[in-house]
Amino acid sequence: MAGQEQQQPQSRDSQVEEDVPEAPPAPPEGQASAATQGVDDLLDEIDGVLESNAEEFVRAFVQKGGQ
Amino acid sequence: MTAAPEPVVGGSLPVGGAMRVMGAETEYGIHAPAAPSANATMMSARVVQAYAQVTRQRAAGGAETRWDYTDEEPLHDARGWTLDRASAHPSQLTDQPPVLDAEAVALAYGREELELDGQDESGTLLMNMVLGNGARLYVDHAHPEYSSPEVTNPRDAVTWDAAGDLVALATVRRLAMDPELPAVNLYKNNTDNKSVSYGSHENYLMPRSVPFSDIVRGLTPFFVTRQILCGAGRVGLGQDSSTPGYQISQRADFFEAEVGLETTIRRPIINTRDEPHATADKYRRLHVIIGDANLSQASNFLKFGSTAMVLSLIEAGLAPKLEVHEPVAALQAISHDTSLTTKIRLLDGRRVTALDLQWIYHEAAAKLAQDTGVADAVDGDGHTHEVLERWATTLSQLDSDRPAAASSVEWLAKLSLLEGYRDRDGLAWDDARLGLVDLQWADIRPEKGLYYRLLARNRMQRIVEDSAIAAAVTEPPSDTRAYFRGRCVSSFGKDVVGASWDSVIFDVPGYGRLQRVPTREPLRGTKALTGGLFARHREAGPFLAELLGHNTSPPGA
Repeated sequence: MAGQEQQQPQSRDSQVEEDVPEAPPAPPEGQASAATQGVDDLLDEIDGVLESNAEEFVRAFVQKGGQ
Repeated sequence: MTAAPEPVVGGSLPVGGAMRVMGAETEYGIHAPAAPSANATMMSARVVQAYAQVTRQRAAGGAETRWDYTDEEPLHDARGWTLDRASAHPSQLTDQPPVLDAEAVALAYGREELELDGQDESGTLLMNMVLGNGARLYVDHAHPEYSSPEVTNPRDAVTWDAAGDLVALATVRRLAMDPELPAVNLYKNNTDNKSVSYGSHENYLMPRSVPFSDIVRGLTPFFVTRQILCGAGRVGLGQDSSTPGYQISQRADFFEAEVGLETTIRRPIINTRDEPHATADKYRRLHVIIGDANLSQASNFLKFGSTAMVLSLIEAGLAPKLEVHEPVAALQAISHDTSLTTKIRLLDGRRVTALDLQWIYHEAAAKLAQDTGVADAVDGDGHTHEVLERWATTLSQLDSDRPAAASSVEWLAKLSLLEGYRDRDGLAWDDARLGLVDLQWADIRPEKGLYYRLLARNRMQRIVEDSAIAAAVTEPPSDTRAYFRGRCVSSFGKDVVGASWDSVIFDVPGYGRLQRVPTREPLRGTKALTGGLFARHREAGPFLAELLGHNTSPPGA
């Protein structure tokens, strides 16, 4: 029926999904060195994702009141 | 306008467990890094407008409609009275459409903006939409808010709340394409860490016959302690974060009262707003304002699931008989202690930890669910068993295996990440980078949001499939009236002039007046009851004629 055809998710949303890098496998459990390596990898990745100039970015995030 | 009869008779849900009609509301933090002083209400209106553009692209004919305010009663107090309008704080008057005047628009973006396409066909800014998935997207105060459609269980609550994050993401992408105006970021958090908080609320349908005093007594100890399952974590102590440190809850420091009607000032642990959005003599809608917005699906699942089960205990008269001494102070003391060893005092003299209190509630909930049969893994209601299992597993892990709990409990996942930074770089709690990690945890863009980076590495548990969340962006839940609302909007959008939780209003050629279809029973209008009706009709006129019991063309046609 027409309604259902119209409702198929448009490529817009799926593109957004596809833009995300593939998830790497979870780090192996129970190995301290591997776990530490996993944390280091994670922090390295997040270093590259964090907004630059942390102090200014955090200071500028000012919200008006909500519920 | 004419009031039509209810579409069809609906059923009821199994009682005693985690199933009940519920929904989530999320106010997103909003920020334009390139224009930090831009008017927040105007930016929020741009977010709603952007989604209107997305849905128009998705469905020619329009997959959204306006909100109908006629059944909003924000000043009705569950304790039995109505607040005088003149005594109400302006932010409590949520039954009036917000108006953006020319001055506000000009302040934000210059007067020429008035002439651009920030307006719909009738020339006013669109501040309020009903979506094809049955949700509401609108401007609440100075934030965009997504209110999920009504669902019947905690798993669906997680799914349609997470779908709201994809709706928010679609608006951010859309606005980022606009070369004329600054990009907008949205954050699923609850404070700017500078003394301002904004909410994420839960709603639960309850029989009106349950005395409100029972709800207050049964829920308060639970709400003081459930943050250990579903707090989202926060860098900084105190409303303005002036004390360095980390705490379990985003919201705890903003609560100042035990019971009350307000949601924006003197926030109470138990909110008494009494707008049932349903048949008022049968139901109340319990409006819960104390929760944190959750990105962690496991925390969100436990938030809705455990709370629904405690409400079942209260309805059965079986809530644990205990009262917390000074609950607001206890709420904050628990939030400020990530070791979970703080003991709070009960009025009977006992001193217990948050974990102790949660186990007491879990035990009572498990017993009731077993006695009613809903907890059975095979023959139960399909939800309660999982809630009880996860609830118990999480409490055990918080007690004795915190690394395992860090993949599900949001405050602990965020804390683990922050501790990683502190260990590697020797950062103190007042270091701006830790504040940035806290803020960016909640960025709803998967490439920037730190929660999503952990999810991509499978460091956070999934409760629902990504594909189910994506589908919930456009599809309504099948087992509540949200199905009827959502399908009306997506199938007959051009003929629907308004909708709210408990009505859909049509303006169909041939009918002399607007046709208002009430949907005051939340479990009617389901796919089982109305799916055939939608399948039989492509045009609103014949659809309405069958719905309203006219066997032929509309009257006057």
